Amino acid sequence: MTEALLTVENLHTQFRTEGGVVQAVDDVSFNIQAGETFALVGESGCGKSVTALSIMGLIPNPPGEITSGSIEFDGVDLLQVSSTEMRSIRGSKIGMIFQEPMSSLNPVLTIESQLAEPLKIHIGLSSAAANDRAQELIDMVGIPDSKTRLKQYPHELSGGQRQRIMIAMAMACTPRLLIADEATTALDVTIQAQILDLMQEVTEKSGAALLIITHNLGIVARYADRVAVMYAGKLREVGDASDIYAASQHPYTVGLLRSVPRLDSEKGTPLSPIGGEIPDLTNLPGGCAFNPRCQWAVDRCSIEEPELIEIAQGKQVACFEHASVSLSV
Amino acid sequence: MSYSPAATDNSVPILKVRELKVHFPVKRGLIFQRTVGVVKAVDGVDIEIKHGETLGLVGESGSGKTTLGRAVLRLNDTSGGSISYSGQDVLALRGGEMRRLRKNIGMVFQDPYGSLNPRMTVGNIVAEPMLVHKIFDNKLAIRNRVMELFDTVGLNRSMASRYPHEFSGGQRQRVGIARALASGPNILICDEPVSALDVSIQAQIISLFDRLKLEQQLTYLFIAHDLSVVRHVSDVVAVMYLGKIVEQGNADDIYRSPQHPYTQALLSAVPIPDPAVERKRSRTVLKGDIPSPLNPPSGCVFSPRCPIAEDRCFVEAPMSRTLSDGRRAACHKV
Repeated sequence: MTEALLTVENLHTQFRTEGGVVQAVDDVSFNIQAGETFALVGESGCGKSVTALSIMGLIPNPPGEITSGSIEFDGVDLLQVSSTEMRSIRGSKIGMIFQEPMSSLNPVLTIESQLAEPLKIHIGLSSAAANDRAQELIDMVGIPDSKTRLKQYPHELSGGQRQRIMIAMAMACTPRLLIADEATTALDVTIQAQILDLMQEVTEKSGAALLIITHNLGIVARYADRVAVMYAGKLREVGDASDIYAASQHPYTVGLLRSVPRLDSEKGTPLSPIGGEIPDLTNLPGGCAFNPRCQWAVDRCSIEEPELIEIAQGKQVACFEHASVSLSV
Repeated sequence: MSYSPAATDNSVPILKVRELKVHFPVKRGLIFQRTVGVVKAVDGVDIEIKHGETLGLVGESGSGKTTLGRAVLRLNDTSGGSISYSGQDVLALRGGEMRRLRKNIGMVFQDPYGSLNPRMTVGNIVAEPMLVHKIFDNKLAIRNRVMELFDTVGLNRSMASRYPHEFSGGQRQRVGIARALASGPNILICDEPVSALDVSIQAQIISLFDRLKLEQQLTYLFIAHDLSVVRHVSDVVAVMYLGKIVEQGNADDIYRSPQHPYTQALLSAVPIPDPAVERKRSRTVLKGDIPSPLNPPSGCVFSPRCPIAEDRCFVEAPMSRTLSDGRRAACHKV
């Protein structure tokens, strides 16, 4: 394996809430190779966004806090650097796109000034050079009529166009890693396809790695090289996308895959939903957090917490019963 | 199985919408307002649903699918066309007649948070339609029926005296479904009923709809933007784009071989959760945005984004035609 671009090790991020301390990210370890597309997938509250915010150094403190672990990016431990250094890494080496572009863009600044700003701050371009580059960027992300668009304000653009602007901003300083946190969830399906294709295209061209955070298993299947499945703060299964979809060995992943209706399924194919509810993080079940919903659970599962272990080259699973878990059973 | 809106076989449509138009005036001005434009949210739509059938109405935002669903219940004013339920002219109904219609057509909304009164217990929320429609004359009977409905939708009976905020999204949607069933409807209009829910919970609710359809012979108008969900639930599919239905027909036919270029692009945009399948798929990615309904394109509404549009598509709007397999499509090139 090549040198990892990003290595997250034993990350613990917690939040203080009225209901007590919530371990939103609980001992998460994974790595992303340079240039690959890695997907972090899970349902609401599983900790996937908090993982991304931890990498970006954007956990609001208080109430949140990274209590232990390390995040090594390009040879630097992001948890050890000063906030000034972090700010420079954030704009120039790691780009991020969020779900709601309207709230990530400044409503009272033109597109041009927002695109030019990181170029002036991080690369030190002059205003004129930054404005020229802003136009190149906006052409790159496929926005027609770029000259007029640059002078417009965010509210004058559609949701898809705004997300293109976000991509242009995130890619402005040619980062090594682009993080897309549910970046297309709010978009219509035809626009979603455009934006995801664009993200893949720009990262491929620049050699950047792409971290896709989503709940949509279809998106993961279409774009990701590797996948990590998260549930209640912990990674449950990590592996190559093709392997996870064909031969998942974690009951939660299997449950998710069986729950989603498929476009290409025959009519009348019954769904097999996972029973029960997603647990409340302030009141997690003992042992493996998935055990009350798991069809493979044995006595041990409600007492002991399974570790994420490597069961084959590049495949990790956190389940005592993984040997008997399969999609076909 | 072929689908034809004009078929006169033994299954008569329970709901029939003809040439329906819902236009909203756009007004400007502070006190003395003038109409500056009109949004044709629904513009000449024909659909019909047979008893026990599920019609999946799909489309992206602004396509008019929600407005169409609401118009059937007269929650919007209509600007033209007709709606008939079991042979009754829905648009001519007044007062008590209208209430009776709403007893027969239930509605499940998207937002399980916004559609339940936070100050009522869920038991009372489910009981309310029975009071409104005077279905029982004593409280005990209503109470028992609420309990039955709780069982039907998979809610614990002991939860009846709790308030909506104590429930998760999936449970709230179950409450919404129980309420919709309370008046004993024949038709359920479901407007994006699962799109606010997590994947594992979504499957639970879809399975509940599947079961209700079998057990209670319900007819559904199922409105959603998620084409995979619609694939799962629908017998018949209608695809909407900017206020018009561009293609409709048997669900199997449409999913297997979409004819309208918009349907083709829409289906190919949806990722299939299987990398092996995804790698082999050829896809058409549409260019451009969905135009504003305030200022729709001339000619065919899809023409600016259509990969196969020719000159006349930009000038002349295509009529909906019935194809050989019984489906209908509105495209010059089909």
